Amino acid sequence: MSKSFISVQQQDFDIKYESDQLRRDASNIGAMVTFTGLVREIQQQEHSPQQRQELFLEHYPGMTGKALQDIAVEAGRRWAIPCCRIIHRVGALQPGDQIVFVGTASTHRRDAFEAAEFIMDYLKTKAPFWKRQTDASGSEWVEHRDSDDMAAQRWIK
Amino acid sequence: MLTLNYFASIREATGRSQDELKIPDSVANVRQLVDFLVSQDPSALSLLADESRVLVAVNQTIVDRNHPLAGSEEVAFFPPMTGG
Repeated sequence: MSKSFISVQQQDFDIKYESDQLRRDASNIGAMVTFTGLVREIQQQEHSPQQRQELFLEHYPGMTGKALQDIAVEAGRRWAIPCCRIIHRVGALQPGDQIVFVGTASTHRRDAFEAAEFIMDYLKTKAPFWKRQTDASGSEWVEHRDSDDMAAQRWIK
Repeated sequence: MLTLNYFASIREATGRSQDELKIPDSVANVRQLVDFLVSQDPSALSLLADESRVLVAVNQTIVDRNHPLAGSEEVAFFPPMTGG
């Protein structure tokens, strides 16, 4: 049974603090993997740096924490990770902002690497978050990508 | 009573965010619920029938359209996720 910390929050997170917490929660580990996702700039031909861009993250409050917990439990069942840590931000974000953090700890590196990748792949397709991007030309929902489904499908067994 | 939630593009396209509904006895699963909703308001809700674009969760778990309903669940409609 692995120990997991899940947070869905508006405020930013500190990578050093989160990684220290992960290390504190685990004992006798030999590897830690941490992943941080950042908000990309919207790709546009006439994009100028002055143009204000925003990414808004909507979620399903009743379901989000549960979905992330389920993913953490599944990761703990498949890999020997005594702890993992998942943070996802919601609300208004700007390009360059940190949006998601995944940390895993294990005795050997392969478990931590694979579990972190699994958590990210599942999070993108199974946790109820939706991105809406806004710039000077308007506002639109980000389209779901088939490549994300394929990334998640490779873990099906 | 059934609680209905709509999120993201589905919330905007239907113009609804949350409803409460007493379902008729003839509605026993998600597919029948969607058919019932579409019959009530075809212009706003027909899009719910598109299984490739609209996911359904019952009591915060994603289910398929054959999932049974007793009439007191929390049902949510939303597009495929784009988090991370």
